[in-house]
Amino acid sequence: MNRPFASVIVNGLLIGLTFVSLFPLLWMLSVSFMAAGEASTLPPPLLPNAPTFANYRELFERGGMLRYFTNSLLLATSVTLISLVFNAMAGYAFAKMHFAGQQRLFKVLIGTVIIPGQVAMMPLFLLLKQMGLVNTYGGVIVPAMAGVFGIFLVRQYALSIPDELLEAARMDGAGEFRIFASIILPLLAPILASLAIFTFLGCWNDFMWPLIVLTDAKLQTLPVALASLSREHAQDSEMMMAGSVVTVLPVLVVFLGLQKFYIRGLLAGSVKG
Amino acid sequence: MRVPGVAWAFIAPALLVIGIFFLLPVAAGFALSLTDFDIYALADLRNLRFVGLDNYLHLLGAPLFWQALGNTLYFVVVGVPLSLGLSLGAALLLHARVARFTPFFRTALFAPVVTTLVAVAVVWRYLFQTRYGMVNYALGHIGIEPLDWLGDPRLAMPTIILLAVWKNFGYNMVIILANLQTIPEEVYEAARIDGASSFQQLVHITLPILWPTLMLVGILTTAGYFQLFAEPYVMTQGGPLRSTVSVLYFMYEEGFKWWNLGTASTAAVLLFALMFAVTWTFMRMTKREGTA
Repeated sequence: MNRPFASVIVNGLLIGLTFVSLFPLLWMLSVSFMAAGEASTLPPPLLPNAPTFANYRELFERGGMLRYFTNSLLLATSVTLISLVFNAMAGYAFAKMHFAGQQRLFKVLIGTVIIPGQVAMMPLFLLLKQMGLVNTYGGVIVPAMAGVFGIFLVRQYALSIPDELLEAARMDGAGEFRIFASIILPLLAPILASLAIFTFLGCWNDFMWPLIVLTDAKLQTLPVALASLSREHAQDSEMMMAGSVVTVLPVLVVFLGLQKFYIRGLLAGSVKG
Repeated sequence: MRVPGVAWAFIAPALLVIGIFFLLPVAAGFALSLTDFDIYALADLRNLRFVGLDNYLHLLGAPLFWQALGNTLYFVVVGVPLSLGLSLGAALLLHARVARFTPFFRTALFAPVVTTLVAVAVVWRYLFQTRYGMVNYALGHIGIEPLDWLGDPRLAMPTIILLAVWKNFGYNMVIILANLQTIPEEVYEAARIDGASSFQQLVHITLPILWPTLMLVGILTTAGYFQLFAEPYVMTQGGPLRSTVSVLYFMYEEGFKWWNLGTASTAAVLLFALMFAVTWTFMRMTKREGTA
C-alpha cells in the first residue's frame, strides 16, 4: 500500500471516529441554547435559530440546579481530599515501613477488588441508617474515605523512594509524621495529582450509590437530579440538554486541563495491575 | 521501621474505613442473602427470619431474574468484543506512522470516557428519539425507515450497547496505545526486510505482543459491563417488555423500591458468583494459551 493512500485511509478513519465521539457532545451543547420546542421540529436543527440562555436560567432559577451543583462539588471535593490523605498514608506505609503480616495484609486488600461493591450495598445502607447517615452528605462521603485502588496506586509509586532518604531524615531526628508530611508528600505529588483527578471524576459521575442513599431532593447530586428531572420533563429536550451540559462540562474541563496526570494515573493503575 | 506501632498508625484510618464500610458489609451481604429481610424487618428486626437457601431457589426459579441475567449476558457478550475491537482499531490508527494530529485525535476519542454516564444517557435518549432524533433523520437519507430504538424490545438493548461502546472504548484505547508504543521499531524493520506485509506484521508481531494486555483489559471491561445499571435506569427504565432489565437493575428495584433487602442481596451474590466464574475461566484460558 503506498504512503499517500494509506495516509488518506488512516486519517479519514480517525476523522470519522472523532466525529462520532464528539457529535453527541456538540449536539448537546447546541440544543441547550435552543428555544423550548425548537429541537422537536423536522428536519432536526443542528444549530439554534436564536441562541438563548433561557434553559440555563430556568434550571438555575426554578430547577434548583445551583443546589445540585453545589452538592456535587462539595461531595466530590470532600471525598477527594479525605481519601487522598488516608490512601497516601496507607500506600506509603505498605511501601516503606516493615511490619509483621504486611505482605499478607496487602495481598488480602488487593484480593478484595474482585468483589463488586453491590454485594455490600444492602448491608451498608442498613449500617449507615443505624448511624444516622442515610440522607446526609456523610452517607456518600464516609464509605468513600479510603479505597484499595488508591492505596495500590500510591504504594507502587512510593516503592521507588530511596530508603537512604528516610534513614537520613530519621538520623536528623525527624518523627515519622514529620517525614511523611515534609518529605514523602512532595515526592508523591505526581501520583497524588493523578489519584485526585480520578477520585474527583469518579465521585462526580457516580450514580447508583448517591441514588440509593440520598433520597432527599435537597441533597441530591447532579447525576441523580438529572435522572429524575429527565423522567418528569421527558418532552423538554432543550432544558434537559442544558442540564446535561451543566453536569458534563465541569468534568470535561478538569480532564482537558489536567489530562497528563489523568492518563498517567490510568496507565499506572492498569499496566502494572 | 523501628516502631511497628507507627506503621499501624499510618494504615489504620484506611483499613478501618475499608473494613467497616466495605468488608463488613460484604460479609453481611452474604448473611443477608440467607434471610427474608423485607420491609417488616426494616421496621422491626424481630420480623427477620433465617431462610437458608430459599432466596436462591426462589430467584433461580423466577423467570424475571433469568431474563435479567440473559439481558446482562447479552450486554456483556456483544458489548465487550465491540468495545475492545474499537479500542484496538482506534489505537492502531493512532499508532500508524501516517497518522496526523494524534494528540488532538487521542483527546477527542477519549473525551466520552470522562463524561457523566447519566448525562450522556439523557443525550442518547434524544438522539435516538423516533420522530425527531438525529439518528433516524440521518438514516432517512440512506433510505432507512425510522426505527423505534428505545421502544422496540429487539432494539433497546443494542441502543444501550452502542452508548456503552461509544462511551468506553477510549479507555482501553489509551492502554493499548501505550503498549504499542513500547514495541521497538527494530522489530518491524527486521520483519519488513524479511518481506512481511503490514497485515503479516500485525498478525505475527503486534497482536501477540498485545495479547496479555488485551486479556487484562478484556477481564476488566467484562467485570465493568456486568455492572450495567445507569443506562437502563435513565434510558428505558428496564423496558420495553423488561428487555433491558439488568441484574443490578433487578437488584435495585428488589432492594430499594420494594425493600426486599434479602432477595436483593441474593441477586448481588449470584452476580458476583457469575462474574467470578467468567473471570476465572478467562484467566484459565490465557494461562493455557500461554503454556501451549
